[in-house]
Parts: sequence; structure tokens; C-alpha cells
Amino acid sequence: MARAATASTALPVHGQGVVGTPWWGMLCLIATEGILFVYLIFSYGYLASQSRGSFVPGGPPALGLALPATILLLSSSGTAEWSKRAARGGNLGLSRLALGLTLLLGFGFVILSGVEWSKKPFALHDSAYSSIYFLLTGTHLAHVFAGLLALVVLLIWSLAGRVHAGHDQHRTLVTLYWHFVDAVWVFVFATVYLSPRLV
Amino acid sequence: MSTTFDRAAGLARGSPQEPVDASPPASLVPPAAGDKLKDIWEDSPGLRGWFGTVDHKRIGIRYLITAFVFLAIGGIEALAMRVQLAQADNHLLSPEQYNQLFSMHGVTMIFLYAMPILSGFSNYLWPLMLGSRDMAFPRLNALSFWLYVAAGLFLYVSFPLGAAPNDGWFNYVPNGSAEFDPGPNIDVYCLGMIFLGISTVVGAANFVVTLLRMRAPGMSLNRLPIIVWGTLTASVANLLAIPAVSLACLMLWFDRNLGTHFFEISGGGQPLLWQHLFWSFGHPWVYAVVLPAMGIVSDALPVHCRRPLVGYTLVAMATVTTMVVGFGVWLHHMFATGLPALALSFFSAASFAIAIPSAISVFSWIATIWTGRVRITVPFLFFASVILLFVIGGVSGVMTASLALDWELTDTYFIVAHLHYVLIGINLFAVVGAIYHWFPKMTGRMMSERVGRWVFGLMFGGFNLAFLPMHWLGLLGMPRRVYTYGPDMGFGVTNLIVTIGAFLFAVGIGLFFVSMLVARLAGRPAGPNPWDGPSLEWSVSSPPPPYNFAVIPLIASRHPLWESRLLEKGEPHSRLAEGYLLDEGKETLGVTPLDGEPDVILKMPGDSLLPLALSVALLPLFGGLLLELAWLGGIGALAVLVILILWFRPHEATRSEEKARVYG
Repeated sequence: MARAATASTALPVHGQGVVGTPWWGMLCLIATEGILFVYLIFSYGYLASQSRGSFVPGGPPALGLALPATILLLSSSGTAEWSKRAARGGNLGLSRLALGLTLLLGFGFVILSGVEWSKKPFALHDSAYSSIYFLLTGTHLAHVFAGLLALVVLLIWSLAGRVHAGHDQHRTLVTLYWHFVDAVWVFVFATVYLSPRLV
Repeated sequence: MSTTFDRAAGLARGSPQEPVDASPPASLVPPAAGDKLKDIWEDSPGLRGWFGTVDHKRIGIRYLITAFVFLAIGGIEALAMRVQLAQADNHLLSPEQYNQLFSMHGVTMIFLYAMPILSGFSNYLWPLMLGSRDMAFPRLNALSFWLYVAAGLFLYVSFPLGAAPNDGWFNYVPNGSAEFDPGPNIDVYCLGMIFLGISTVVGAANFVVTLLRMRAPGMSLNRLPIIVWGTLTASVANLLAIPAVSLACLMLWFDRNLGTHFFEISGGGQPLLWQHLFWSFGHPWVYAVVLPAMGIVSDALPVHCRRPLVGYTLVAMATVTTMVVGFGVWLHHMFATGLPALALSFFSAASFAIAIPSAISVFSWIATIWTGRVRITVPFLFFASVILLFVIGGVSGVMTASLALDWELTDTYFIVAHLHYVLIGINLFAVVGAIYHWFPKMTGRMMSERVGRWVFGLMFGGFNLAFLPMHWLGLLGMPRRVYTYGPDMGFGVTNLIVTIGAFLFAVGIGLFFVSMLVARLAGRPAGPNPWDGPSLEWSVSSPPPPYNFAVIPLIASRHPLWESRLLEKGEPHSRLAEGYLLDEGKETLGVTPLDGEPDVILKMPGDSLLPLALSVALLPLFGGLLLELAWLGGIGALAVLVILILWFRPHEATRSEEKARVYG
């Protein structure tokens, strides 16, 4: 006679990392936003290839601010990962510290980008180059903002004691998104700063 | 052998009160567990449950109803155009009104009907076919629906003011630039498309993760229904294609409102960039609106032929191949724009090649009919007509893949005929057949077979009367998108015939709507499996209980309900009466992505007003952008932020693992 019973072996509830469903949802988000940057970079390349004369006014953009900004952003990926692993190891204090450091580095990138924007001799509506330059770097900056916002909320929740050991997924996903934002910058950097030096 | 299917064929003869299939559902519902699960899974009563439901079945049906409303609106727009074109030198509509009508007709049919209607079927059917209790992200599912409604309203907001989008559904620049089109028309288009894109992407991500994680144990990739393959392919394509059109729309909005030079030529912009971005989205999209519909035919046609689909593996692979090649044919919309010959040849070749995977599906449908024992039901009539119309539309498509012919035919009524044969032929005819096929599952009642034959006759006759002569008009040189023509051009009689056909077609659709309504109120009870179908959705009661499966099934073959006929002695059978019970809360099972092994117990969210709230919050955000009111957009953005934080707030920490409740 069939009846309801409780199984002897246990299954995880919700699951962390790849076992949970949100991790796969984040992957879809990263895929669709990643392809957005592909189309942006395609548009940059298309406008550059179709332009008559020099596409970039005043020669390739200077690296004086962009290189330090890149170093800040990439090292923030390291601190974000550090924060996640510290929390996993149970060291919440260290995790919060590393999270705060990530925020500082991220905001540092935003400030350097802002300075670079304000120093440009052209405005958004000047030419095809200025349009795509501001749109490409601006879209990336918007993603940095979104990532920073998520990191801030995570830090607040952590300080308020709302994320526990069982909420590793929150840290995992925010960190994953932050890595994505940083990785995309490498391609944006290569497009805006390196490609004009190659042609 | 007399099956429920044979009895169903005599619907008109049977007693109208007796269920077509009087047997109990094949999936077992243990009496005590059924009540307990119903309490857990049912929506809360009243308005909160109505606005907050995350039940994939309710959301699916809402998608279907909303898409049909947009079909009716787009259809009325088409009829207005057909009245205008019925005779030469007609001035019923002004050129500007005509522009807005054909633009909104295209936008409505392609974006607000063709895709959402398929999302409706997939939302409703996926968990039932896959043996799960819901989609991976139920709240995201509700969000996708509410965003669709909100974006649809947004796209129509300027219609009553006479300022609707007026540059066609693909909105070419420079015609759509601020210089030539200074009103709000194109801004509504740009922002509306970005808005709707969010809905589509969110829905697509949900389908992808659902496929990977939310299947019954044993539901491996080679056992998926073809509609699942079709929607999966379409969803992956949407994730990768939607950003192209959203970006193009954002750039155009910038050009129009902030003076940028993406498309605007004086500052070095390139009008053709619009076409590249639009069509690298647009062509994958046209496959996204037919592949799930082809999946519907591949799954439902064999039921009415009483045999499994011929060439399952080939059809599944052809579905994916079509989309892969579909990403490499966008230039065939741009043959006449003066691109280099080498690029044109490559894209022409790819456009020829894409006929091969399409033909695979057609031949397997024909072979299924040929080798099956067909019953001429209304769904069969619609699905069989899909084959014919697809072949006609496919042949005219292959013709225009040829450069030389395309240069003659582009922008004529030949193209209008072609795209309507493929879109109406594969999408709408499959959809109406699918409603006849799955209506009994959704409502528990049969639609009238007798009226259905009238619906089919009117739709099929009207459609061909309307669109077959358009090929001829195109060959004569009648241009598309021109509001009238001179009496000396010789288009008059043919256009009158086309208009008569369009009205017959519309009467058929109207009769179909009436027939649905009558069946909903007074149709014959269906029982769990009136057509004698093989897949899991037919193993539960009609309509299904809120939890879908009381016992999560264990799948051993592609046709769980036909195993007694198809399997050899000694082969393992699917088990529908014992397995995971999971009645300790709103739970379902997550499986490993490839093998479908039980992996995790997922606690599912209950009713939530957040999806509706987020959709409503996006209205002031996009409204602020449209009206250039920073405060309005700011309020919207702030509300979106607050809702997102609420959405992702950490839930109560639960036990990290749990011993599952099982039955059997």
C-alpha cells in the first residue's frame, strides 16, 4: 500500500552557487548585458570604419587617467572575491572590510572617469565619435553604478545582520556581477584607448 | 482499437454533458496530499490574489488573452487600410493616418501579438510538460507579463492623439529622424521598444533557467517536447538579439533629443548603422516568433495522427540550426542598400541555406501524416494548413534570397505577401490550432468541432483570397506602404478581391473568439485527456490543480502516456503514481541541467505585488523620458530602486537541507 513518507537522504534547500536557480538567472543577465556591449563595440567599429579622415579628434585618447582607473577597477574585483571568501570562512568582520575596500576602489574608478569626461575637449553632440565615446563609456559607467549600488546594499544588509551564513548566494551573485562589470571594462578599454593606437 | 481519441472524434454525437475522457487522471493525487497541496499552492482570495498571482497557468492564460486583444486591434488597423486600398484614388484615410496605421499594425502584430501569444502557450505548458510545479522564477514570470501590458499601453499612448509611430515597424532613419519626423511619434516607438524589450528579456531568461533546472527527474534533453526546444531556442536568441534593437532605439532617441550623431549624417553618423542593428535583432526575432509555433505543430499534429512525430531528433536539431543560421542572414533585408557584392553573396547563400532546416520540419510533418492514422479534427485542419502555407511562404522567401530577384521585388506587395504567409501561416494558424488542441486542458471544456470547421474554412479561404493575389500585385509593381494608387495602374480589381478576402478572414477570427467564449461557458466537459495525447500535461486533471503534480513524476520515455503501446516488454516505464511528494511547504524539485537528476528542493515564492508595482513604476520612468520631465523620471527611477531592493531582500534563513517527502 502506497503512502506518504519522509526520505532517508536529504537534499539541499535552495542550494548555493550553481546548485541554486538564481546563479543561472544571473548568468542570463550577464549574457544579455555582455551582448549589449558587443553591439556597442560593433557600433564603434562601424562608425570608425565608415568615417572619412580621422575618426578620433586629436589622436588616441591619453592613458594618464584611464590606466590608473583600470588598475583600481580590476583590483576591486580581487577585493570583492576576498570579501566573499572571508564570509564563507565565517570571518564576517574581514568580509565587511574587504567589501568597504571594494566600494572605495569602485568609487575611485567613477571619480577618475568623471574627471576624464570633464576634461574632454568635445561634447556629446559634437560628432559621431563623441556620441559613441560617451555612450560606450557611459553605458559601462551605468553598469558600474548598478554594481556599486548592489555592493552598498549588500554591505548595509551585512552590517544590519540580515545576511547570514545561509545567504551565501547573495554574496556570490553580487560578486559575480561585479566581476562581469570589471571584465567588460577590459573590452571597453581596448576599444576606446588601444584600438586607435593600432590603426 | 478504440481510444478516447476515437470517441473524441465523435464529439458532435456524444452526450453534451458526459466528459470526453471519463477516466481519472494518469498522475496520481493521493487524497489527503491533494487537499494539503491545494491549500499551499492556491492564490490568496480577492484582489491581492488577482494582482499578485505567480501561478504560471494564470499568467499563461493572461498572456494569451492580452495577445488576442492586440491581435484584434492590429486586425482592425489592417481592415481600415484594406478599405482605403479597395479602390483607386480613395481618400478615406490621409497619407499620415495611413502611415500610422501600417506602423502600428506591424508593431502590434509582430511585437504585441506574435511573440507574447507564444510566451502564453509556453508559460502555460512548460511546467506541465516538463513535470514541474512552476517556472524557475515565478515572480519574474509575473513581471514579464505586467511589463508587456505596460509597454503595450505605452506604445499606444499617443495613438488617440494622432501621434502614433509612423515610420513602419522597422523605423528606418533618416525618415525617423527629428529633422523629418519632429513629433513625439518616433520617441514613443523608441522608448516603447526599450520598455517592451525588458519584458521579453526577463521572460526569456526565465525560460532558459526553467529548462535547465525545473524538469521532472528523467526528463532528459532527448525527451523534451519540440515546443520546449522551439521556445528554448527563441529565448536564447532573444537574450542575444534584443539588446541590439534596444541599443538602436536608445541611439535614435539620443539623436532626436540630445543632438548626437549616431545616424545623423552631418556629424559623421551612418543611417545604415540603424539597419544593421535593427536587422541583426529583427531576423533572429522572426525566427523567435515562428520556432515555438513550429514546435506546437510538431507536438500537437502527431496526436491527431495517432503516432509519434517522425524524425524527432532531426526536428529538434533543425530548430536549433535554423536559429544559428538565422543570426547570419540579417543583410538580406538590406540587399538594395548598396553594400559590397561579397557581403551580399555571403548573406544570399546563408539565406538559401536556411531553407534546409525549415524543410526538415515540413518533411517530418508530412511523413507523420502519411504514416499516421489521421483523424480530421479542427486542430488537424489548422496544423495541416500550416504546412501548406509555410511552403508557399517559404518558396517566396527562397525566391527573395536571390539578389537579382530581390532587387526587383523589394518594397513591393510581393514582400507583403511573403511575410504574411510565413507569419500568419506559421504563427496564427498554428496558434488557433493550438487553442483548439489545449483549450480543453486550460478550461476543462471542448470547443465546438462543427463551428470550428466554419472557423477554419473562413480563415483559410479568406487568408488565401487576401494574400495570394498580393504576389501578383507585387509582380505588377505595386509598392508597399503607399496610401493609394492611380486608376490607370490596373491594381483596382485585384485590390478589391484582397479586401474582400481580408474581411472574410476577419469574420473567421471573430467567429473563433465567439466560439471560445461559448465553449468556456457551455462547452462539453473534456476530462483529463480528450485527444489521447502522450505528453505529461494530459496526465493531470483539466484544468490542472494549482500545484500541477501532487507526485512529481519520474520520466522514462518521450511519450509517458503512450508507453503501454510503444515500449517493448521489460523496458522501464515512467512512474506517475510514486515519487517526490514535497508537501512541507510551497516546494518543488530542481534537477541537474543535463541529466535531470534530483539536485535541490526549491522553496517557491507565494503571491507578490512586487511584479505589478515594478511595471507600474516603469511607466513614470519612461513617461518622464518621453515628456522630458526630469522629476517624473526621477520618481519612477527611485520607485524602481526601492522595489528592486525589496525584491532581493534576504528571505528568512531556512534549513540548508531537508529530507524530502516522498510517496509510494
